Amino acid sequence: MSSLDKAEIQKIAWLARLAIDEGDMAGYSRDLSNILKLVEQMNSIDTTTVDPLAHPLELNARMRPDQVTESNQREKFQACAPAIKDGLYLVPKVID
Amino acid sequence: MHNHTLTELSALLRSRQISSVELTEHFLRRSEKYNANLNCYITLTADMALAQARSADAALRQGGAGPLTGIPIAHKDIFCTDGIRTSCGSRMLDNFIAPYDATVVARLQQAGMVLLGKTNMDEYAMGSSNENSYYGPVRNPWDQQRVPGGSSGGSAAAVAARLTPIATGTDTGGSIRQPAAMCGITGLKPTYGRVSRYGMIAFASSLDQGGPLARTAADAAMLLTAVAGFDPRDSTSADQAGEDYSAALTRDISGLRIGIPKQYFDANLAAEIKEIITTAVRQLERAGARVSEISLPNTHLSVPVYYVIAPAECSSNLARYDGVRFGYRCDQPQDLADLYCRSRSEGFGREVKRRIMTGTYVLSAGYYDAYYLKAQRLRRLIRDDFHTAFSNVDVIIGPTSPTTAFRLGEKVDDPISMYLNDIYTVSINLAGLPAISIPVGFVNGLPVGMQITGNYFSESRLLNVAHQYQQMTDWHKRMPAGFN
Repeated sequence: MSSLDKAEIQKIAWLARLAIDEGDMAGYSRDLSNILKLVEQMNSIDTTTVDPLAHPLELNARMRPDQVTESNQREKFQACAPAIKDGLYLVPKVID
Repeated sequence: MHNHTLTELSALLRSRQISSVELTEHFLRRSEKYNANLNCYITLTADMALAQARSADAALRQGGAGPLTGIPIAHKDIFCTDGIRTSCGSRMLDNFIAPYDATVVARLQQAGMVLLGKTNMDEYAMGSSNENSYYGPVRNPWDQQRVPGGSSGGSAAAVAARLTPIATGTDTGGSIRQPAAMCGITGLKPTYGRVSRYGMIAFASSLDQGGPLARTAADAAMLLTAVAGFDPRDSTSADQAGEDYSAALTRDISGLRIGIPKQYFDANLAAEIKEIITTAVRQLERAGARVSEISLPNTHLSVPVYYVIAPAECSSNLARYDGVRFGYRCDQPQDLADLYCRSRSEGFGREVKRRIMTGTYVLSAGYYDAYYLKAQRLRRLIRDDFHTAFSNVDVIIGPTSPTTAFRLGEKVDDPISMYLNDIYTVSINLAGLPAISIPVGFVNGLPVGMQITGNYFSESRLLNVAHQYQQMTDWHKRMPAGFN
């Protein structure tokens, strides 16, 4: 498990929506394998009776009244978009 | 003028011995002059700063000023600033003009502080050397062939070289404390949830926390007082009011119980650093503190656990960068998948991609339990170690970093060696505790930092201990040569 081959790197890259150049493949394979090797030190301790800790202070999500608190700022927010038209975000054609 | 503390600057401004415009012009001049070498700033906001300084001077004249009114500050470029580019050190956000202010930015603006500019950082705060910035590395003012630490390297170097009186940073695994240590300044990571994360670009949301990089503990206390406190816009904000963190600075520390974790002083720690930390602890002992050895038995697992949890959260948080609504977009995408993959691959740098890939792997079907869940279980054990320790001691003291500042390029091709540099800092984030790094000496002309960790919401106590140490020593007054 601690060594990742090219096919696995490609699979991870696709899941992460990253395109990895052929020339960088060996480097990622080496670095990720080393990181997993470091991480596998975790197996030195048995944790079957320990509950996972997701939040350091174990706080619950705070609820608030369902009220409108923000105004519509579509134009301001779209000012930093790469491509828009008539208030819509443009992407390549999805359905033929 | 650039050697004054915040308290001194505040008094000078209020007695009208200097104006905010004069002060701002002075720091802008220094910033422009030295940035060519140090590369501390990604963006300088001179015109805006002078306009803010003029408003501050008006408030000072009319009597509507607070203690921070008219004092310049620099923000790490991870904090959103309305109308100003907020790059997060990444090509992905090179063209991103934030449409709103982070709560930290808004509160300090409200307090009358003057924004000089946005500081350089490791891309998306991922790094311990500031070499992962799209805008190039920051240089350490104590030795320009060396790194300033990271990820808040620009803020740390700017404060150390007196290019700004104070700066903000963020700390996910040591990113305030480690550069503060390597640049010889004071850096405080508050309790998780103490300072609002609203508008602070997310890296690992259960670990991220903002705080001050300052010259003295007293300066850090002034800044924390202005930014801390509940924020309804951050769902993980601690639901309790802030404090006046300056109030307890002068408290006597006799009877203070200091715990020294034996795991922090093993063979991995350079002998010269060990010696310096021991001397600093002895100084506190002379002031009446009582020292005992404690054990944090899972310390050796904190780096492995951190490098599962932080990348996992990063891979999820950074999924938002898709080339559609903001940020970098590749040229001529063939289809939607090509738009996503190429925008992300061209927009993110090497270390960010490494972490996204690691995080994606540990969260993927079939590996989630073995990596992510395992890490979360160990996270509880690491937190419980601190919990046990704090039933017997008030603060835990050790080194901030196992080495002084290393050479530029020295670790850049070896991510594991870079990660291991975080050994003393990451467990604090995993546990969500507050910790401060203060300068306590030098090895071969390079600053050494000492980390003081406290229980949840004990920032006042940490600042008190740090301030008392700084009353007895002058390490925090040392200044790198060549910046007079």
